[in-house]
Amino acid sequence: MTLVIPEVETCIHCGLCLNQCPTYRVTHLEAESPRGRIYLVKAAGEGRLELPSVADHLYLCLMCRACETACPSGVQYGRIAEAAREVLGPPGPPLQRWITRFALRSLMPHPRRLRIAAALLRFYQRSGLAALALRILPRSLRRRAALLPPVSPAAYTSEADVLPAMGEKRARVAFLSGCVMSLFFADVNHATVRVLRRNGCDVVMPRGQACCGALNVHYGEAASARAMARRNIDVFSADPNIDAIIVNASGCGAAMKEYGHLLKDDPAYRERAEQFAAKVRDASEFLAGHGVRTEPRPTATAMTVTYQDPCHLAHGQRVRAEPRALLATVPGLTLKEMPGADHCCGSAGIYNILQPEMSEVLLREKMEAIRTTGAQTVVAPNPGCMMQLRYGAQRFGVPVRVKHLMDLLDETGA
Amino acid sequence: MERSLLIRNLRRIVGEAYVLHRDDELTVYEQDALMVARHKPDVVVLPDNTQQVADVVKVAREAGLPIVARGAGTGLAGGAIPEQGGVVIALTRMTRILDVDPVSLIAVVEPGLVNAELTASLASRGLFYAPDPGSQVASTIGGNVANNSGGPHCLAYGVTSNHVLGMEIVLSDGTITWVGGRAVDGPGYDLTGLLVGSEGTLGIVTKVIVRLMKRREAVRTLLALYDTMDAACEATSAVIAAGIVPEAMEILDRLVMRAVNQTLHVGFPEDAEAALLIDVEGLRESVPVLIARIEEICRADGARRIQTASSTEERLNLWKGRKHAYGAMGRLGRRTMMLDVCAPRSRLPEIMRRVLEAGRRWNIGVSNFFHAGDGNLHPTPFFDFDETSPEYARVIGLCEDIMRACIEMGGTITGEHGIGLEKREYLSWMLNEDDIDSMKRVKAVFDPVEALNPDKIFPAGRSVHGSPAADPVGAPRAQ
Repeated sequence: MTLVIPEVETCIHCGLCLNQCPTYRVTHLEAESPRGRIYLVKAAGEGRLELPSVADHLYLCLMCRACETACPSGVQYGRIAEAAREVLGPPGPPLQRWITRFALRSLMPHPRRLRIAAALLRFYQRSGLAALALRILPRSLRRRAALLPPVSPAAYTSEADVLPAMGEKRARVAFLSGCVMSLFFADVNHATVRVLRRNGCDVVMPRGQACCGALNVHYGEAASARAMARRNIDVFSADPNIDAIIVNASGCGAAMKEYGHLLKDDPAYRERAEQFAAKVRDASEFLAGHGVRTEPRPTATAMTVTYQDPCHLAHGQRVRAEPRALLATVPGLTLKEMPGADHCCGSAGIYNILQPEMSEVLLREKMEAIRTTGAQTVVAPNPGCMMQLRYGAQRFGVPVRVKHLMDLLDETGA
Repeated sequence: MERSLLIRNLRRIVGEAYVLHRDDELTVYEQDALMVARHKPDVVVLPDNTQQVADVVKVAREAGLPIVARGAGTGLAGGAIPEQGGVVIALTRMTRILDVDPVSLIAVVEPGLVNAELTASLASRGLFYAPDPGSQVASTIGGNVANNSGGPHCLAYGVTSNHVLGMEIVLSDGTITWVGGRAVDGPGYDLTGLLVGSEGTLGIVTKVIVRLMKRREAVRTLLALYDTMDAACEATSAVIAAGIVPEAMEILDRLVMRAVNQTLHVGFPEDAEAALLIDVEGLRESVPVLIARIEEICRADGARRIQTASSTEERLNLWKGRKHAYGAMGRLGRRTMMLDVCAPRSRLPEIMRRVLEAGRRWNIGVSNFFHAGDGNLHPTPFFDFDETSPEYARVIGLCEDIMRACIEMGGTITGEHGIGLEKREYLSWMLNEDDIDSMKRVKAVFDPVEALNPDKIFPAGRSVHGSPAADPVGAPRAQ
């Protein structure tokens, strides 16, 4: 195994990232800081450290990429960590590694298998088994079980391949329905499509689309992620007249914007991947640029709202102003910023399952920040954050509803 | 003492999680922000309070190990590098603000508190902590005290030593004691003044009493753009000669403005060779008058364009760009070595000509962003080879030329980053043997066993840089 990642050389060790890193702020340990992790990767690459000894540090990282926002030299920490994790493979003891690898290789790339798994999960949740599990499981597992949100009654499916714009047509967009979004947040997908259509978009639903592969990239399974990326590139490029590829899960959007990098060594796909990536837009990014032409009306859930920047939107895609601008179009809505709105909530894909302790510390901090705003609704346009914040509201008794931005906009008739 | 026993004893003091002894854990503490030297400690301990620091010091001394205190590790002179191994005491867990007294305008804080967090916590009361080093988003108050850190706004407010009233320290035998106090002046010698800037060689700071300041009611930021570094320097001297001392006066060259723009998108103009960034604070009535006067002087000195920040956001953005300038040097080269030297303000244009000339002579790219108003320069060579490369001698040659020029003009070889490892062999360029000897005697009073940050500041006969080159190599490099 070799761990030679040229990008580590771009770090000049200034340390300005330290205090922006959630795990450094909690532990105050250099090895749990971005600079420390890059240094470890570098030392391992120089043969000064055993490779497995750096794994724990790399996997305590949330991959929130707040360090990239902070870095004046533009070090692409995410790429360094992903490359290192690809060499290291999934984290944890052998059984956990096997389960993670199985899920990433044999479940995530296959929408049908995912649906079957979701159906089983829904049976478990509705049959009383879940309630039983929450009573009899050991405490550490109980928390993980409680994180699972209810599976949507019906997975998201589109009634047609192309859903036409309502009113004047102004754009033609393709929509990534996503795996988690389809199974757990089907209603948000419907809402997103309605908002897009009301604002003059023909919405194309490419058949055969796969999960974006973000989890695979983050957990050391880049090879399967590449296959998923190729498949998405194929199905999405079937329609050459697409203006944009719309994603309403920021983790997916960030990963898809990186397809060019992911497939940089694949001569057959490199260029297509870059063209694909250039079209990817977060739903809020697209709508803010495209312009909301409807007239939003006040809504019950939108009085005082606070906004949680999903890491992969704020840090990964540098989209911060757009969602806030969209919130500002809703009459009667007051946006009350929370302290540290762009600090990670601790969800981070499956991090909250793999690193429950660190996740809980960050979530507690986040829920207290939300509490100080007195907001009735927290808007977090990413499924991971939504699940985590819903769990957090319950766990820490913060009376707040968690909504996706598109859901809220849809309610206002935008 | 056996290693396993040492670790056991240390664990008993701070708990298992905060004694780091595995290779991976130690490797990240072998360096700070000085990229050209490294040394692994034997063990790293992260205490939670003063008593723990004292107990750790005692255990380390029983084991006969040297002790190096460390903050965030943003120091540029290698002050936190444990050159002789031993115990690194990282104070990053001690981050409490113990007391804020808004009437006496003081705060009592722990050394691991991040500089910017202190000011952020005071914002709602209209107070702030004035020293604002470029590293302030990460560097700690303890580290600032150890290096007597400056910063852009120290032109008007003074450096760290002007803002520390007293501190609690742990001495090398584990004694806990106080110097200074809450009052502005105490009887006897000014030991606080002695300890600020002592780079962890006299004691380990465990609490600091800092002075707070009230935010002025108005502030304006002006950016004057010049076609030459010379003109920007002339303008700086002219403003100060006119009797105006702005709160901050910084010069940035084109290289750094472009580098920062690429990553932080702060909107520096890229069409000027040098820019003069000025902050004026004061009464709502006086600020516009001063700004107008400064604009007039800058224009007379050949400013091609002057812009004032129209919003707080724009203003903060320009300052963010300035403060993150060093961090952006990775855009220019794989390695950098930021110098920290001073020249009298009156000779600013002359010294900067010498700096640029030295860069050309040694054929090394040099970027400049510095506290012009203070005459505190930060020429930053950037390069793509390692410190082990024979080419590295050119970097050293360049740095030595610049230091020599500063001394010739009546300046110094350090402004605010400390001597540390990086410059200790150059101390004798400025101080004679008697001077150095008397300083060593001061050290011996505090640390007779030479346990605290040994071989820092004073010449050790071992340069971290290797030996300087005899001749400049290669042709001048376009900048």
